[in-house]
Amino acid sequence: MPDTESLPRTAMKSIPIRTYLDRWHISVLLVAFLCAIPVLTVFSYIFQPAGEVWQHLTETVLSDYVLNSLQLIIGVSFGTLTMGITTAWITSVYKFPGRKLFQWLLLLPMALPAYIIAYTYTGMMDFSGPIQTNLREMFGWSYGEYWFPEIRSMWGATSMLSLVLYPYVYLLARAAFLDQSIVALEASRSLGASAWKSFFKVALPMARPAIITGLSLVLMETLADYGTVQYFGISTFTTGIFRTWFGLNDSGAAAQLSTVLLIFVLILISLERISRKQARFFHTSNREKRRANIQLSPGKAWIATLACLMPVLWGFIFPFMQLLQWAIETYEEMVDDEFFTLTWHSLSLAGSAAVLALIIALLLAYGQRLQNTRLIQFAVRIASMGYAIPATVIAIGIMLPLAWIDNVLDGWLREQFDVSSGLLLSGTLFALMFAYMVRFLAVSVGTVEAALGKIKHSMDDAARSLGLNPRQVLISIHMPLMRRSLLTAILLVFVDVLKELPATLILRPFNFNTLAVRAYELASDERLADASTAALSIVIAGIIPVILLSRSINKQKS
Amino acid sequence: MSNSLFKYILSSILLLGGLTSLAKASTEVNVYSARKEALIKPLLKQFTKETGIKVNLVTGKADALLKRLESEGRNTPADLLITTDAGRLHRALKANVLQPVKSETLSTIIPENYREPEGYWYGLSVRARPIFYVKAKVNKNELSSYETLTDKKFKGRICIRSSNNIYNQSLVASMIEANGAAATEKWAAGLVKNMARPPRGGDRDQIRAAASGQCDIAIANTYYFGAMLVGKKQKDKTAASKMELFWPNQSTRGTHVNISGAGVTKHAANRDNAVRLLEFLVNKESQKWYAETNYEYPVRDDVEVSALLKSWGTFKSDAINLSVLGKNNPEAVKLMDRAGWK
Repeated sequence: MPDTESLPRTAMKSIPIRTYLDRWHISVLLVAFLCAIPVLTVFSYIFQPAGEVWQHLTETVLSDYVLNSLQLIIGVSFGTLTMGITTAWITSVYKFPGRKLFQWLLLLPMALPAYIIAYTYTGMMDFSGPIQTNLREMFGWSYGEYWFPEIRSMWGATSMLSLVLYPYVYLLARAAFLDQSIVALEASRSLGASAWKSFFKVALPMARPAIITGLSLVLMETLADYGTVQYFGISTFTTGIFRTWFGLNDSGAAAQLSTVLLIFVLILISLERISRKQARFFHTSNREKRRANIQLSPGKAWIATLACLMPVLWGFIFPFMQLLQWAIETYEEMVDDEFFTLTWHSLSLAGSAAVLALIIALLLAYGQRLQNTRLIQFAVRIASMGYAIPATVIAIGIMLPLAWIDNVLDGWLREQFDVSSGLLLSGTLFALMFAYMVRFLAVSVGTVEAALGKIKHSMDDAARSLGLNPRQVLISIHMPLMRRSLLTAILLVFVDVLKELPATLILRPFNFNTLAVRAYELASDERLADASTAALSIVIAGIIPVILLSRSINKQKS
Repeated sequence: MSNSLFKYILSSILLLGGLTSLAKASTEVNVYSARKEALIKPLLKQFTKETGIKVNLVTGKADALLKRLESEGRNTPADLLITTDAGRLHRALKANVLQPVKSETLSTIIPENYREPEGYWYGLSVRARPIFYVKAKVNKNELSSYETLTDKKFKGRICIRSSNNIYNQSLVASMIEANGAAATEKWAAGLVKNMARPPRGGDRDQIRAAASGQCDIAIANTYYFGAMLVGKKQKDKTAASKMELFWPNQSTRGTHVNISGAGVTKHAANRDNAVRLLEFLVNKESQKWYAETNYEYPVRDDVEVSALLKSWGTFKSDAINLSVLGKNNPEAVKLMDRAGWK
C-alpha cells in the first residue's frame, strides 16, 4: 500500500475528461432528482393553507415536540458518543481479555430494530414486568413505596436509541483509530503527554471527521424514529407530524412540520460537511506499520473488558434473551408455512436493495470525484437527505407521484387507443425499492465517498494516462481497492432494509409480507410474545452481515 | 460490480414488479385491510374455499391505505377497504373513494346505526370500550359513567393510553356529540388530573398496570381483556383475573362502541365479488369467529356469543351513528391537546 498523502481535489480539473464528463454529470443529477421527488412532493403541500392548525399547534403541543426532539438528540448524542468512542478506543489500542471477541460483539446491537428493543425492555422493566414484580414480592412493597426507573420515559427512549445506534459511532471511530499512524501518538507520548492527553489532543481530533459522520447517521435515525418514541408516549416532531396528518387530518400542516424537520437535518448535514473540511488530517506513515496493542495491567484490563461488555449486554444480550424466551413459548404457533416465504421476502428485498444502493452510490460518489462542482456536491447531498426523513413521509411522497404517472399514462392510452394500462408502478416492488433507495442511499454514499476519498487522485491520473476511461478506472482500479468498504456499504444497507417497516407497510404489493411487517402487526396488536419469532428472525438474519462486516474491518487493518 | 449481475438484479426487480401488477381476473377480489393479517386472513381463506374466489390482501394502517386508495384513483386494484374504526370509513367516504352498494342481506342483518345509511360502508364487528376496575379496591357502586371519572375521588387512580390512539380519539368524539365540545374539553382536563401516570403503552398495558397496583381503574377495549384472560401468558391471566369489567353510561346513552367495518371502493373492478365477501363476513359462522377468536361482538343479534363474552353480560351501547366519530375526530384531537392529554 503506497503512502496516503493526498493531492488537492482541484487537480482533477486539469484532466481532459470532457468526453465522459457529461454522461456522469447527467446521471448524477438524474439520480439526485429522482431521490428528491418524494421530498419535493411533500414540500408541494406546504402551500396548502393551514393557519388555524398552526395556531393550535403553537398554542398547545409544538413546544413539546421541539423540546422533546432536542432533548432526545442531545441525549442520544451523548450516549452514542460515550459508548461508541470508548469501546472503539479500547478495542483498537489496548490488549485485554476478550478483545477479539468484542470487536464484533460490539456491533451486534445494530441488528436490533429500535422499536423491538423498546418492546423487550418494556416487557422486562415495566411496573408489571418480572423485575419489579419480583422486587415487590421479595420486599413486600406496593406501588409508590419504592423508586424504580420508568422505562417508558425520555431517558428510556434515549437509552433504547443509544443502545442500538452507538455501533455507527463505534464502527467509524474504530476504523479511524486503527487507521491512525503510530507516529503521531508516539510523538505525543514522547513529548511528555499522558495517555489521556494524547487521546484527547491527538487521537480524538484526528478521528473527528469519522466520528461526526457516525454521529450524523445516529442523529438522522433518531429524528426519523417513530416506533420507539410513540410506544413510550413521548411526543416528538415525528410523532407530531403523524398526529397532525392523520389525527387532525391536515396534510398541509403536517407537510410544513416535515419541512421544519428537514431544514434542521440540512443544517446537521452542512455542519458535518464543514467539520469534514476543517478537520482534514493526512497520515504520512505507512499503514503496514501497525502499532502493537498496549498491554494493560490486570485490573485495568478487566475494567476494559467490563466497559466493552456493558453495551453488548444491554444492547444485545438482554433483549435477545427476552426475545428468545418469548419465541420458545410461542414459536410452534408462529412458524407456519408462510413464515419461510416471509423470510425469503425479507432477505431478497434487503439483498437487492443493498446491491442497488451500492451501484447508485458508486455512480454518485465517483461522479462527484470526476466533476467536483458545487452543483454535483449539492445533488449528492440531496440524494442522501432521505435518511433523516420519517419513512412514512417518504412512502407517501413516492406513492403520490407514481400513482400520478400511472394515471396520466393510463388516461392518455384510454383516450388515444381505448386501452387501459392500469397501474404500472404503484403497488409494485419497484415502488418499494425506490423508497429504500431514497431512505438508505445516505448510508452507502457516505461509505463509498469516504473510501474513494482515501484513494489518491494521482492514481486516477496514472490510470488515465495509461489509456483507461473513467468507467474503467472505477471498475478495474478503484473498486478492487475499495472492496471492503463496498462490502461495508452493502451490509449496512442490508441490515437497514431488513429492519425497515413503515415504507414496506405502505407500499408493498398484494400478498407480500416481510418479517418486519409480521413482527409489527403482532406487536401493535399488543402480542409481544407472538411477535418475537419474527423479530428474532430479523435479528438473526441481521447478525450474519454484522459479523461479516466486522471480519472485513479486521482483515483490512491487520 | 459486474455488468451481468447488475442486469440480473434489475431484471428481477422489474419482473417481480410486473408479476404483481398482472394479477387481475374476475374470480378475484382485492382487499386493502387495516385489520391485521392474523385477524382477517382465516376468514378470507374460508371465503375462497367456499366460493372459489381468490382474495388478494394488503394490510396496513388505515390512513396510509386510504391515501393509497386516493392516489390510485380509478385505476386502483382495491375492491374493498376494511378498517378497524368507523372514523376512517367516514374519512374514506369524504375522500370520495367508496361507492354505495345495496344488498338485501347486508341491510337486514346489520343494525342501522352500524352501517352508513346509503350503503357506503357496513360494520362487521363491534368493539366496546368500557371501564375495568380492580375488584379488591373499587366498589362497583363508585362507578357510573365516563363523565364521573373526573370526580375528585378518582384522583391518581386512572390509567388510560395516549390520545394518539384512535380508540381514545373516537371515545372523545362520541362525547363531543353527546355533551358538546366545551364540556368534553373540561372533562378531558379533569381526566388528565386523575391519571395515575402519564399515558403510555397500549390497552393491555393499562389493564396490567391496574392489576399490579399502579392504578385502580383502566379504560380499554374488551377484546384485549378477553385475550389476556384466555391467552397463554400466565402473568396476563393473573392480571386480568384481578380485574372486573364495568359497562358505563347504562342509565344514559350507553357504553361507547366502535366497529370494524368495510366499504366497496368507488372504482372496484370486482364489485360483485366484493359484495359477496361483505355478505360472507356477516354470515353466522364468520360472526361467530369474531367473537371466538378476537372477543369482538358480532353485529347481528342472532349469533350465540362465546361463553367469555356471555360472562360479561349484555349492555346498552351508545347508539349514535358512527359516522359522527369521523366527523368529530379533528376536534377531539385538538381538545385533547389543549387538555394536556399526552
